[in-house]
Amino acid sequence: MANVDHSIEKNIKPYEPSFETMVPTPFVKFMRTCLIWQFIRFLVINVKMLLVVQKSH
Amino acid sequence: MAKVVVMGGGVSGHTAATFAKKWLGDEHEVIVVTPNSQWNWIPSNIWVGVGQMKKEDVVFPLAPVYEKAGIVYKQAKAVSIHPEGKEDSDTPYITIEYTGQGKQGQTEEVEYDYLINATGPKLNFDATPGLGDGNGQLGPHTVSVCTADHAVHANNELQQILEKAKTEKLKVLVGTGHGMCTCQGAAFEYIFNIDHEARKAGVRDNLEIKWISNESFMGDFGIGGLHLKRGGYAASSKLFAESLFVERGVDWLIGAHVSKVEEGKAHYELLDGSEGVEEFDFAMLIPPFAGVGLKAYAKDGSDITDELFAPNGFMKVDADYTQKPYEEWKASDWPRTYQTPKYENIFACGIAFAPPHSISKPMKSPKGTPIFPTPPRTGMPAGIIGKAVAHSVCDLIKEGSSAHLHEASMAEMGAACVASAGKGLTDGQAAALTVYPVVPDFEKYPGIGRDLDYTFGEIGLAGHWIKHILHHMFIYKAKLNPGWTLIPE
Repeated sequence: MANVDHSIEKNIKPYEPSFETMVPTPFVKFMRTCLIWQFIRFLVINVKMLLVVQKSH
Repeated sequence: MAKVVVMGGGVSGHTAATFAKKWLGDEHEVIVVTPNSQWNWIPSNIWVGVGQMKKEDVVFPLAPVYEKAGIVYKQAKAVSIHPEGKEDSDTPYITIEYTGQGKQGQTEEVEYDYLINATGPKLNFDATPGLGDGNGQLGPHTVSVCTADHAVHANNELQQILEKAKTEKLKVLVGTGHGMCTCQGAAFEYIFNIDHEARKAGVRDNLEIKWISNESFMGDFGIGGLHLKRGGYAASSKLFAESLFVERGVDWLIGAHVSKVEEGKAHYELLDGSEGVEEFDFAMLIPPFAGVGLKAYAKDGSDITDELFAPNGFMKVDADYTQKPYEEWKASDWPRTYQTPKYENIFACGIAFAPPHSISKPMKSPKGTPIFPTPPRTGMPAGIIGKAVAHSVCDLIKEGSSAHLHEASMAEMGAACVASAGKGLTDGQAAALTVYPVVPDFEKYPGIGRDLDYTFGEIGLAGHWIKHILHHMFIYKAKLNPGWTLIPE
């Protein structure tokens, strides 16, 4: 996780809209480009999308 | 022999024409009238606009594909519809004006038994002073990614900005260029692809990137927002959209109607009535859509355009167009068969049909300026509707007027959408979303309007892989390569 960006917090300013939402933690950001996890998500998302496609035709 | 004429060769028209020809075979004739010589996979224009794809990667010539399929191809724009024929003939026809095939400017009458209107939108740049050039084309102050050529131009301008940002601070503005725009998703993709490219070029700190949109809340996307299951909650798309903007350091301005564009300046009015100016060094502002301006004439030559088309130029179909407040809108307002009420042999699909109303709640500023997204009808719904219409037309030809018409209501179909947030095999990301149904049904799904089991979304590298695979898959399908019918719309 050496390359994970820990600097999201600098974009948040108190009492501005950026303060009122959620932001991802470094772990969540890491998992977004973790090859093993994303390969699993690739399979899961494809199945979910196919279900929606099937339900729509 | 029946003659089916399809006006338009985009996602919906191409789908309708190719399936109609497949189902009708050589016994009947299918004619496509489109002013374009090339088919464009529009979702990938985003990547052309940031230099990650070339124009040739997202387009291919239509003529050889239609020749292979046995479809008659006329590179021309449709000008008028004559559903009752003319004085000396009862055969309905359309008039067209050629834009290619060596016949530029020539006009022709094309008779039809069944007509499918899939003309798509007119990119109405001139609706905002300065966004257009006054002649219906993109103006000099901003760029667009709506067509492949626009995207090439956008990338040329962007590369200059990225180069200049190495030594000076610059501002990028991306979003909607009018209070009544749709296609927020394309702008959403473009702004995050610019962010991604700026980071790769090492100039992100010198680039202020800002979002401007007609949405009343972040994550509306023209479909009134959506809810996703996450961490045991049904959470609003507002949270996820805002989260991504904060994460990437992109500021936002919403509820905005861009009223005028000048060199380096976008004037706007907000839903609260306040006005302001955003300065920019580079701006991509999506134009509003309108119908392409087709006219319609009765047998005696009188103008019946108002009977076939809504005031915005889109074709009236079997929707409930009764004006009523948002609170009284129902899923059943939306069309099911896309057949025009007066002429049973005319259908409209894709962006060409007139929606009964928006999906997002209509809002206006104290001055009365309408500021809210108009409904999207692109991508998967456009393909599904095009196929359903082709199916209906084929059944009408084969079984006669009593044939059952196929239905494809946007209030009963879902949509899968993959919005790129940066291209790269190992560092790319995209938001993979499904929504079911596209038009919320608050009677069937109280409160949220959608089925949470079939509405989901997440951002990550997997979404990028899916978007890239879809790029190749849909171009393969549109070229009618072996097995093309197995790929769903």
